[in-house]
Amino acid sequence: MRNLFPILTVLLAIVVIWYAGAVVMNSTWTQDQAERAGVELSFSEVVADTMAQDRPKLPAPHQVAAELWKTTVGKKITSKRSLVFHGWITFSATMVGFGIGTTAGILLAIGIVYNRAMDMSVMPWAIASQTIPILAIAPMIIVVLNSMGVQGLLPKAVISAYLSFFPVVVGMVKGLRAPDMMQLDLMRTYNASGAAMFWKLRLPSSMPYLFASLKVGVAASLVGTIVAELPSGAVRGLGARLLSGSYYGQTIQIWSALLAAAALAGMLVGIVGIVERMTLKRMGMAQ
Amino acid sequence: MTEPVIHASGLDLTFQTNDGPVHALKDVNLEINKGDFVSFIGPSGCGKTTFLRAIAGLETPTGGEISVNGMSPEEARQARAYGYVFQAAGLYPWRTIAGNVKLPLEIMGFDKAERQERVKRVLDLVDLNGFENKFPWQLSGGMQQRASIARALAFDADIMLMDEPFGALDEIVRDHLNEQLLQLWARTNKTIAFVTHSIPEAVFLSTKIVVMSPRPGRISDVIESTLPKERPLEIRDSAEFIAIAHRVREGLKAGHA
Repeated sequence: MRNLFPILTVLLAIVVIWYAGAVVMNSTWTQDQAERAGVELSFSEVVADTMAQDRPKLPAPHQVAAELWKTTVGKKITSKRSLVFHGWITFSATMVGFGIGTTAGILLAIGIVYNRAMDMSVMPWAIASQTIPILAIAPMIIVVLNSMGVQGLLPKAVISAYLSFFPVVVGMVKGLRAPDMMQLDLMRTYNASGAAMFWKLRLPSSMPYLFASLKVGVAASLVGTIVAELPSGAVRGLGARLLSGSYYGQTIQIWSALLAAAALAGMLVGIVGIVERMTLKRMGMAQ
Repeated sequence: MTEPVIHASGLDLTFQTNDGPVHALKDVNLEINKGDFVSFIGPSGCGKTTFLRAIAGLETPTGGEISVNGMSPEEARQARAYGYVFQAAGLYPWRTIAGNVKLPLEIMGFDKAERQERVKRVLDLVDLNGFENKFPWQLSGGMQQRASIARALAFDADIMLMDEPFGALDEIVRDHLNEQLLQLWARTNKTIAFVTHSIPEAVFLSTKIVVMSPRPGRISDVIESTLPKERPLEIRDSAEFIAIAHRVREGLKAGHA
């Protein structure tokens, strides 16, 4: 209960600012319409109109809420107008991409830690890969994969993986190098093999780092999938919802898709958090 | 006369650093016999830890000879001839106490039943039965260090190499652990090489005290203790104890001159 108060305060502040913004931004259109029709509007009429436009510059919170309700609860989840349906499309591509990205990230990190050549060479490339705007490279990946006959979920997953592998590499390199000299020396006094060193010392040591990376990675994965849905002319997925909304000036649709994406991201990070807590608890590291 | 367990002759060890070479050990000659309790004492930088690490094959000497059980330190390490106890307990936080003690046994390929049997036995030895399923953070510093000693004992190496194992503990806990260590040594008849900063600790524990001095690290005196094997804590007030401690202090002073 004590935590609820600050959260509600912030939420309330956001809603208030949002409504104020909606009034200010949408009133121009209201005034223009009134001028053309040759009528004078009172302040309350202006405010009422700014909250109920079809294509407002900034939809009011209750409009977005109504749209969200209509497109989640109000539609069958198999319907093309259901946000749950689009969210599922995006979610499944995100999960595949996250899986690929995490696996690739862990393998690269192992390579960097164990192989001197990779240690010297991989990281600059990994960093360079993240400095390229994803919006620039996403269409190319889709075109290239399409020409090889790969369509549908996989190209999106590849772009999603492209964004999510990086935090995993950085975190895992740090994590696999976390054991100090003394712990490594101890293993040496046992004449431990490289495999034993990895499975019994380096990998368990890296777990807290891995989970921190996964939280960043899963959010990046979602962004990657949504971005991948924009240029592909996809008709399904949250990205497609955003794109079609912007084609037709359906700001309410854009905002509800945005909020759905944010909720999905929050859920994904939350799931990683729960897995983290369970794992670290079993490892005795959550005190 | 039997072959000494550890034999060093003319041992030199030089580290190459950015500030030029550092002579960590110079012309060290020492014999440690089976069942000896040997303490290495001296100021920081006298090479006592380096010498212990050279015995363990963790550092490679740049000159001279060293043998452990008649083998090179590297071979002795592969034969798992010694257990090493570090300054910090260094228990794995993700393993329980039993899990930590089991670690070397897993690596060395003991079967499951034997692992359990040994864990129980060594935890009894260090008086930690009942704490098997606790995680390290649930134990005090002294108990953690006892667990790390149990871990070093688990695979029955004949030699124990201990690098200031009680250095970070308060004096009351340290006294208690010193007593326990002596009992353990009497019961297991292991050869122990023990690095310390503390004169009373060295005199109380050892059959042989090696006094070292720095820059370059070398042995300045080797004192054979005349104290009996049975040593209650009160022995520290005896004239004999004080005489030995005095000689150690003189040795340390001479090294500084």
